[in-house]
Amino acid sequence: MTDATSIPAAPEDGRRKSSLRTLDARTRRRNAAEKRFRFYGLAAILVGLFFLVVLGVTIVRSGLPAFTQTVVSIDFTLSEEDYAKAEGQLFKTKAYEQIFNAALVTSLEERGVEAEFDAKAINRIMGKPGATIREHFRANEGDLGTPVQFELSAASRVDGYFKGRVTRDGFVDSRFLQASDLDLVDALAEAGIIRQAFNWNFITGADSGVDNPGGAGIGASVVGSFFMMLVVLFLSLPIGVAASIYLEEFAPQNRFTDLIEVNISNLAAVPSIVFGILGLAVFIQFMHLPQSAPLVGGLVLTLMTLPTIIISTRASLKAVPPSIRDAALGLGASKMQSVLHHVLPLAMPGILTGTIIGLAQALGETAPLLLIGMVGFVARGYPDGFIAGFTEPNSAMPAQIYTWAARADVGFYEKAWGGIIVLLLFLLTMNIIAIILRRRFERRW
Amino acid sequence: MNDMRVIERDVDVTETKISARGVQVYYADNHAIKDVNVDIEDKTVTAFIGPSGCGKSTFLRCLNRMNDTIDICRVEGEIRLDGEDIYDPAVDPVQLRAKVGMVFQKPNPFPKSIYDNIAYGPRIHGLARNRAELDEIVERSLRRGAIWDEVKDRLDAPGTSLSGGQQQRLCIARAVATEPEVLLMDEPCSALDPIATSQVEELIDELRANYSVVIVTHSMQQAARVSQKTAFFHLGNLVEYGETGKIFTKPEDSRTESYITGRIG
Repeated sequence: MTDATSIPAAPEDGRRKSSLRTLDARTRRRNAAEKRFRFYGLAAILVGLFFLVVLGVTIVRSGLPAFTQTVVSIDFTLSEEDYAKAEGQLFKTKAYEQIFNAALVTSLEERGVEAEFDAKAINRIMGKPGATIREHFRANEGDLGTPVQFELSAASRVDGYFKGRVTRDGFVDSRFLQASDLDLVDALAEAGIIRQAFNWNFITGADSGVDNPGGAGIGASVVGSFFMMLVVLFLSLPIGVAASIYLEEFAPQNRFTDLIEVNISNLAAVPSIVFGILGLAVFIQFMHLPQSAPLVGGLVLTLMTLPTIIISTRASLKAVPPSIRDAALGLGASKMQSVLHHVLPLAMPGILTGTIIGLAQALGETAPLLLIGMVGFVARGYPDGFIAGFTEPNSAMPAQIYTWAARADVGFYEKAWGGIIVLLLFLLTMNIIAIILRRRFERRW
Repeated sequence: MNDMRVIERDVDVTETKISARGVQVYYADNHAIKDVNVDIEDKTVTAFIGPSGCGKSTFLRCLNRMNDTIDICRVEGEIRLDGEDIYDPAVDPVQLRAKVGMVFQKPNPFPKSIYDNIAYGPRIHGLARNRAELDEIVERSLRRGAIWDEVKDRLDAPGTSLSGGQQQRLCIARAVATEPEVLLMDEPCSALDPIATSQVEELIDELRANYSVVIVTHSMQQAARVSQKTAFFHLGNLVEYGETGKIFTKPEDSRTESYITGRIG
């Protein structure tokens, strides 16, 4: 303690001794700025979450009705005599319809349903059932004479009546539906003939005509999108990874490789419709690949996805510590061995992340598909035709949704939302698979 | 650590393993190694010392052509391993590196199991015909790396789970597993604590029985402790090369003397 006096006294030149317990103005400002920044961040996250919830709720609310369909289920017996008579006429479906209508009236009277209706009203409620009935009995002649249960999908407006889209308030009669038909519909519903059923056709079916939203299904375009994703995955992943490995590990650093690098980055920013018209010109008009086919769609989307995969793969290859490469080379591994055995497995999680981002983009892409003709269509020979594979005409989910959203009949509106739900579920499945794969590759070092 | 006493060791064999003549190394326009001539002996530990950036690591990496991986690096002159020019166009650097193993400054085990770390070299060079032989090589290498007793019960554990000193001995065992003739070590102890350092140094002394070991080090004490021959590099020149004892006690060049007495570097 003898040298305590040698400790210099506090300087006198205006600096006052301050306590650690009182904050000076500068620290206060700094703390306030930090608090503000945290608040901004939190607010941004909350806003994001809010919109996510709004989006989710809207999609589910608007889309769920697409998964149910109002059906008219009727037991109908066709005698062999009537069958022979109907087949003998010129307008066969018309004849079947008349037989059916007569049977329906009898069956309703038996159940005690009392309502005024005529053949036209039946057509307005359940379309023209003649063709469906004829097809069934021609295919299964054994069913003649026994009761067969038919589930006919109700017309779009009747379906809308049950889903709350069409109401009696302010109802205007039209050739599509009249107020008196609604009475009949109510009576049929009470008798248990009209009811809501799960719409399997929406999940497994193909697109329908513009006046029949009840028959529209997303199934065909799910398969179309699936085929396209297969093409994209099996082309863009190997090509992208091979290109990245070459550029990152083997290519000499010169002006030419710099040029390639810049161009790959630029390609990632090219609008997708440009790729669409390129695909139309090169794959369809020049190479004569089939129009509207998932193969061509997949090729176009591959071009679009490649830059994304190459950029993310190169970034994850760069992130592998050089000491791992040195270790392998120092043991006498060749360059190829060091890349394949050590660098690539370590870069795999990053590569998979890039791939899933690229595939998700490709899955949601609509514009290029419109140009190569992969828009919604009434599938001929469904389900045999489209399932044949990559070169049969097909649609893709986003293009199908776009087509539905553009149609006049409001019944298609809910189909579009329903399509969105299926699209998101498809994407979710893809992501889950990618995450599981990535987990398996993730290693600590 | 001021103990500069040098233990005299017998050098039983004085056969030249590597001979370098007129070696020049350029990084683009930078002349990093200037006309180095050196003969490295078999079954000897040779230390390269010198201040940072003097080119000792660069020269070390010439000996197994690791500099090939750097695009802008150019090597001139002649380096012979057992009389064969390693820069001859007919020489495959991959084959060379199997003969001249390397241990790096930072322990760099593969993010795989301890077993796979050791087995990787023998696998790619086809040194084992079956699993039993491979097991034997792994055990022998880990024993030579003086780490067998610590890891024998957990060969499946990741190599990265070991401590720094253990990782470095694992890397040495990995280098030894390919049966090299020369072992290059680039500051193998600079990332290790004193206890791990002394374990690795002990190991280096044991390895001398079978290999020609070349070690780059920043620590003059380490050079004095482990090596029989010492080369002093300064600004890309090989200033002095000779018996370790002589370099540290009666250096011929004034720059060497300045460095070992702490006046430069």
